[in-house]
Amino acid sequence: MAKTDMNVSTVRRAKHGWILTTIFAVISITWILPIAMVLLNSFKRKAYIFANPFGISNVKLSQGFARWQAGISKTFVGFMNYKTAVKQTKFFQSFGYSLFITVISVFLIILCCSMCAWYITRVHNAATKIIYLLCLFSMIVPFQMVMFTLSKFANILHLSNPLGITIVYLGFGAGLAVFMFTGFVKSVSVEIEEAAMIDGCTPIQTYFKIILPIMKPTIVTVAILESMWVWNDYLLPSLVLNINKYKTIPIAVQFLKQSHGQVDWGAMMAVLVLAIVPIVVFYIAAQKYIIEGVLAGAVKG
Amino acid sequence: MEKSIKKYWPVFVLPTMAAFTIGFIVPFVYGIWLSFCKFTTVVDWKFVGLRNYTRIFVVNGEVDTTFLHSLWYTALFTVVTVAIINVAAFGIAMALTKGIKGTNLFRTVFFLPNLIGGIVLSYVWLMIFNSYLAKYSKTIVSTQWYAFWGLVIVVCWQQIGYMMIIYVAGIQNIPADLIEAAKIDGANNWQLLKNVTLPLLMPTITICSFLTLTNGFKLFDQNLALTGGNPGKMSELLALNIYNTMYGTTGWQGVGQAKAVIFFLLVALISVIQNKLTTSKEVQQ
Repeated sequence: MAKTDMNVSTVRRAKHGWILTTIFAVISITWILPIAMVLLNSFKRKAYIFANPFGISNVKLSQGFARWQAGISKTFVGFMNYKTAVKQTKFFQSFGYSLFITVISVFLIILCCSMCAWYITRVHNAATKIIYLLCLFSMIVPFQMVMFTLSKFANILHLSNPLGITIVYLGFGAGLAVFMFTGFVKSVSVEIEEAAMIDGCTPIQTYFKIILPIMKPTIVTVAILESMWVWNDYLLPSLVLNINKYKTIPIAVQFLKQSHGQVDWGAMMAVLVLAIVPIVVFYIAAQKYIIEGVLAGAVKG
Repeated sequence: MEKSIKKYWPVFVLPTMAAFTIGFIVPFVYGIWLSFCKFTTVVDWKFVGLRNYTRIFVVNGEVDTTFLHSLWYTALFTVVTVAIINVAAFGIAMALTKGIKGTNLFRTVFFLPNLIGGIVLSYVWLMIFNSYLAKYSKTIVSTQWYAFWGLVIVVCWQQIGYMMIIYVAGIQNIPADLIEAAKIDGANNWQLLKNVTLPLLMPTITICSFLTLTNGFKLFDQNLALTGGNPGKMSELLALNIYNTMYGTTGWQGVGQAKAVIFFLLVALISVIQNKLTTSKEVQQ
């Protein structure tokens, strides 16, 4: 009896499954359609982008196949928009700055904050308690609250360059990172550390040989969360950096919109594609870690 | 062991705390102080008491409703996005935990927009909105409601995938035998959802609601790139309103800073309520 029941439900589930799969296939395609549209339009002559954003020819197919075909070759301009975009935004330079700032900031955040988190969990006194509470508190403060003073102080301290801004990121990103590392360290038993130190390890050796390796899952989580933040951040670098000299990718995109009275939408489409491609590549390569990292971050934050 | 670690504080704590002091503590404390001053840089301040706070609402004897407008516009925007994102994300998560073919691919696709920054994806949508609205000789900033729904679409597109991931994890955590038991007792799908799934999912629902709530409240990049606050200042959310006050005209930095303090208090209030709610839920379980 039970067996028949199971069979019935499997059959029914499979039937529903087909319908659901079809529905979700359609929704999924719609979901990435905006990005596909940008890709398509990035190869079009800029005059045709707004005139006929969804089509591939400026002539209707009903007007004859030959004319339609001629229309296609008139609409598309190959990589011309990309050339303009790369030249106008100095895209590869921006890409370099974004990469440099993200990598160094995330490296600093992981190293310094995990050390700090271990220390404040293992040493119990008023100072470490206050540090922990301050980190918690910083997580609820919106950036607008500190943007003016922070950017002015960064200027005074000569942090308005790609290397200096990593210190600002360490400072403003410390709250979340210390919080997440502390959560992990609390769950690790002290016995291994004690054994290592009885065997003659200094705290620094103990940290690098014992603690850092066990922290790996949390390091991945923090790295993903902080990279997503730093790579896409617009407001903080636009206020802190000397943006005449140093433009990260979001700043370069915004600059393309603001600086030239009439927006060159062809170049805009190209620069959007160039900005999205590295993210998609990274996503496909590290998908498992990204989704796990985001999940861990959401549940703890 | 604690003793031997203790003296190593310059190695372990000092770098983070030095940066934290520069990047957070000093700017925060000084920011509060400056909200009571008239200033254009951080060194030329002059104490003016509560004048900045009153100037948010009344300028030269005339009532200025810009900030209040942006406050309720933000509140409305937040309510609408919280509702749409959570309902859609929950629905998709329910469908994607039934083990249908292609689940992983769908999940990947839905999550993708979340990784793209607010500036970039707003321009993706700006092109789509404006090329579509061009047929009717309109743009996304024709009225504040075009701007409103434009922002809603962009933000939903960005965040539904993220919340879906969290809901999927929550649904997968529900013990299968509970569902099975309810089915044996003759519960139909609606009863199952209302009496078993939703109550057990309350912690997840709380997390997602507050994440979307604070995201909506603090939204900036999308607002700047998609509408720039246009038409007029009618589509300015709070964060952009503060930014424009601070950097729009000189002499208004103090008012901008005062608005930022109010903004901080609102966000902090939401966080405190969230904390209370999540902790009390944990106790119940």
